[in-house]
Amino acid sequence: MTATAVATAAPRRRATSSLRRNRRWALIVSYVFLVLFAIFFLTPPYYMIVTSLKSDAEVAHMATNPWIIADGITLDQYKLLFTQSDFLIYFKNTVVVTLCVVAITMVVSVLAAFSLGRMKFWGSGVLAAGIFLTYLVPDTLLFIPLFQIVRALGLLNSYWGMVLVYPTLTVPFCTWIMIGYFQSIPKELDEAALIDGAGHMQMLTKIFIPVALPGIIAATIFAFTVSWAAFVYPMAFLYSSDQQVLTVGTVTSLIRADVYKWGMLMAGALVAAAPPLVIYAFLMDYYIAGLTAGATKG
Amino acid sequence: MADAVQQSWAQNLAVGDRAPRSGIARFMRRRSTVAFLMCLPLIAIIVGLVAYPALYSIYLSLLNKAQTRFIGLGNFTFLLSRDVFWMVVWQSAVFALSAVFFKALIGLITAHLINNLPTKGQRKWRGMLLVPWVIPLALSTLGWWWLFDPTHSAFNWLIRLFGGEEIPWLSDPYWARFSVILVNVWYGAPFFLIMYLAALKSVPEQLYEAAAIDGANAWQRFLHITLPMMRNIIAITVLFSLIVTFANFDIVQIMTAGGPRNMTHVFATYAFLLGIRSGDIPLGASVSLFMFPILAVAAVFILRGVRKRGREIG
Repeated sequence: MTATAVATAAPRRRATSSLRRNRRWALIVSYVFLVLFAIFFLTPPYYMIVTSLKSDAEVAHMATNPWIIADGITLDQYKLLFTQSDFLIYFKNTVVVTLCVVAITMVVSVLAAFSLGRMKFWGSGVLAAGIFLTYLVPDTLLFIPLFQIVRALGLLNSYWGMVLVYPTLTVPFCTWIMIGYFQSIPKELDEAALIDGAGHMQMLTKIFIPVALPGIIAATIFAFTVSWAAFVYPMAFLYSSDQQVLTVGTVTSLIRADVYKWGMLMAGALVAAAPPLVIYAFLMDYYIAGLTAGATKG
Repeated sequence: MADAVQQSWAQNLAVGDRAPRSGIARFMRRRSTVAFLMCLPLIAIIVGLVAYPALYSIYLSLLNKAQTRFIGLGNFTFLLSRDVFWMVVWQSAVFALSAVFFKALIGLITAHLINNLPTKGQRKWRGMLLVPWVIPLALSTLGWWWLFDPTHSAFNWLIRLFGGEEIPWLSDPYWARFSVILVNVWYGAPFFLIMYLAALKSVPEQLYEAAAIDGANAWQRFLHITLPMMRNIIAITVLFSLIVTFANFDIVQIMTAGGPRNMTHVFATYAFLLGIRSGDIPLGASVSLFMFPILAVAAVFILRGVRKRGREIG
């Protein structure tokens, strides 16, 4: 694959000037190093896939090459994962939590961003800065006091507790990037809407949301990936299998007794990682827009 | 009720300039009231789930283990007298600084490499190299853990193949430190790659053309054009990553849980061990609070940088 890329990138034409020759060398060197970095970045996922497709016997066998599948591909590990473990319960819990958190996040942050981006009120400037600072407060600073609060509310060891606390991870950043998107909408548009007699809600739903749709998609993806991958809160607040979410469930509960079922563990990790990867594969540009918006907008 | 407010607001506006002074004042008041109401859910989340817990954390840190009486700064003085705690401070600093340095370096290199390619191929490479960032960290760390497994390590298999000596990745304290940093670099470098690639695209092409005419070589172009143009975004990403890396929990918790001999603990995992696992909530809260001053300083600088960058872009 790389060889063909190099061949097409470097045309057969004879390099006449030294400038063009330099450029060709730069290209070749770039490809060589990129391949090395790609190997570094893709080794763990590759090895996870390989392990998940092996039989238990081959995983345990130490003499053969661990990087390839020698005894043939088997889906036993996935079968085991779906029938012999609580994985599907974790999956369902994560789906419920993530959908709720995304819905809450988007409603809260779109309303707030509309208000902060377009209408001023006493303290709105302070609030905007406050939102950004809140985004910088890490979950590891808050999980101990939140543990007490969640316990006082009777939500310890319930995934509804996650629905309560995950918005602290998603809302500030989503609001922040939505403010940027809303502010980039020309003022003339809302003036026109006002002249036509539109109210606030109409202005938001008929103009701002449709025009800022790319931003809304980016923010939704962000909220989704963050709540899907959250680890600290469920690790601290959830302990029984029927309430556990995917990340913690896969890492802690799939490990039974003293025997590490590595094939099944890797299968579980891959299935759990699949939804964010699928979203990334189809909506890469929105994903990246959301990622870079934090530092370039606002 | 909100609808009624909007209705009258729209009507007020339709009257426009002819509205009496008091009407305008009322209208302004209403407009800001609506704006405030729209922010209310956000304010509730920030106050109830971030600001209040943060203050509550300070209160907690002043209590004894059973949370029955005040002990002043007892938890803090206890921590400061413990060798393990100082090791945590040291390890957190080494972990965050070295990981961020290599993340930024790899990000900068890969961003340049991709930027060198013809535009058509850039998307494919960018998409491929961002994969570590997309996989939930807890799950990819599990994959790394399996790669480092003491008996089945696939890395050690390769090392044996080339006749080298097996490396005790997670059982030797120093190799364990190296391993958790390596995983963090692997996970975080793509973020820098994306940020720097976006920044590289925003450098005007004319600057490079002018430099080329003046006979500047690639290194000089990088040093005198690219770096100054990207200084701000580099500062923002480095500071941001410092916060996230400093407060990281997943990698250390999954791969070593702080061991061997507590030598890989960072603030987050140590606070988890004391606060949640051992049930000493006040002591755990005190450990977390030690992160606060460092994070606050970084946060102030980031906010300044973002504002400056916002003005530059306009």
